[in-house]
Amino acid sequence: MLELIQIYVFVLAGFVGFFVITRVPALLHTPLMSATNAISAISLVGSLVMAGAERGLLANVLGFVAVTSATINVVGGFIITDRMLKMFKRADRAGGQKK
Amino acid sequence: MSPRTLFIEAAYLAASILFILGLRSLTIPDKARRGMQLAALGMLLAIVGTLVHHEVVHYGWILAGLALGSAIGYPLGVYVPMTAMPQRIAISHMFGAVAATLVGVAEYWHLGNGAEVGRGTMAALGFEVLFGALTITGSFMAFGKLQELLPSRPLTFPGQNVVSIAMFAAALGLFCWLVYDPGAHPAAFYGMVALGLAFGISLVLPIGGADMPVVISLLNSYAGLASSATGFAIGNNVLIIAGALDGASGFILSIIMSRAMNRSFTNVLFGAFGSAPPPSAKTAQGLTVRSITPEDAAIQLAFARLVIVVPGYGMAVAQAQHQVRELAQLIEKNGGTVLYAIHPVAGRMPGHMNVLLAEADIPYDKLKEMDEINDEFQNADVALVIGANDVVNPAARNDRSSPIYGMPILDVDRAKHVIVLKRSMNPGFAGIENELFYAENSSMLFGDAKASLAKLVHEVKQQS
Repeated sequence: MLELIQIYVFVLAGFVGFFVITRVPALLHTPLMSATNAISAISLVGSLVMAGAERGLLANVLGFVAVTSATINVVGGFIITDRMLKMFKRADRAGGQKK
Repeated sequence: MSPRTLFIEAAYLAASILFILGLRSLTIPDKARRGMQLAALGMLLAIVGTLVHHEVVHYGWILAGLALGSAIGYPLGVYVPMTAMPQRIAISHMFGAVAATLVGVAEYWHLGNGAEVGRGTMAALGFEVLFGALTITGSFMAFGKLQELLPSRPLTFPGQNVVSIAMFAAALGLFCWLVYDPGAHPAAFYGMVALGLAFGISLVLPIGGADMPVVISLLNSYAGLASSATGFAIGNNVLIIAGALDGASGFILSIIMSRAMNRSFTNVLFGAFGSAPPPSAKTAQGLTVRSITPEDAAIQLAFARLVIVVPGYGMAVAQAQHQVRELAQLIEKNGGTVLYAIHPVAGRMPGHMNVLLAEADIPYDKLKEMDEINDEFQNADVALVIGANDVVNPAARNDRSSPIYGMPILDVDRAKHVIVLKRSMNPGFAGIENELFYAENSSMLFGDAKASLAKLVHEVKQQS
């Protein structure tokens, strides 16, 4: 199934990633990490097929564990990224909404 | 192309675009939140798209996995405190790698233990399980060190690097054999997975706590590459794209982190920095430190026009960020300005200090990167160093024999007064003496950072 087009996709996505991510300020490096981590939990897509396809019990069970792990990252990763980003406020806004 | 395939591919394409837009939004702090919500929507689209895949017939395992994953992931997202973020990120790399590795193993097994696998796919599967396996154990070790289940100092034994390299070489050998002959004995494949797991342990154990920012970034990159390899193996473009984005991000971060420590990857991974105290470094003999009382420190702070706070790992350990904010508000009320100087490797992961200070409601436009703030130190009346050590050590600038010579530092010593909050005179990581503590314009305020700051807050209140 390995095709040349996949290598094109990989290299181009890598370039896009490089140019976008070099511009992320150091301020947001932790949210960046948790965000990319949540996004790469897209391996959930592969896990779902493995857990749900007619491929034998072992494949289904391994798929189930994989789905669980990936879902932890999807759910936890997006929530925690949002929680962090919510905290970053400019001076003019930080004052108003203190606890 | 059937309508179903068209729908799935459209969902994947939309997800890819939303992921890139989401990451792009992180370049602008005010738009980041909305952008990441779009990325989450992309994820949802991709999941829905996959659920209608023609091969998916049993929903039992899927629903169970989604439910269990959500039940574990939700508290990990909502309740983990910001101070625990480095270990939280490390463990999430492990979960990502577990998913990628298991899909690889299941795929190999399902394809007749390699009998029906082509060479290209075998190469992808090999990459997937090898990177996945070493990321699983490597991230778990990093988690253990950050959570202090394991000692955070480098754990080494004689010949460690030889053992590590031998394991990696053996895994690589099996990989080449499998690519040459995908139908080779399955033991080769599973042996490669086992070697990957063992290599991950021996790779991270000898790395000390202060090097964690590089390690976490590198593991981030590996987890991404493993996802990408999954995409190659099962022929799924959205996986390739998302994995490449993650891989690029982790790679860039590790370069930034190593550069900020003036060290190479190889040095971080195989150097076991700090296992022996460097003999040539300057010692403290014949030098004295001035300690300062909270009262005197408070007077300096209360009348300062510009105070630059330099936070380090010590602030994170003491969880003193809220006291920092309280003190800053008092100084600002007195008419002073407070800025924060953030060194790229302060703390245990990229951006660690920014997250903690933002949590304490400190506006992000006051958090300054090293290059931006270094010229300001000469105008500062007081530089307040809270639990930072190596990142403010002038030896990096002027002592050629120092192991950290050449590392970019914050020029704290150029401020008119430097007040250092520190637990004791124990030298920091790697036992390097810090001449800043003995400088004319420095004084030390000993004690737990949180307690010291609380005293300062109290005393500054008395002043105003």
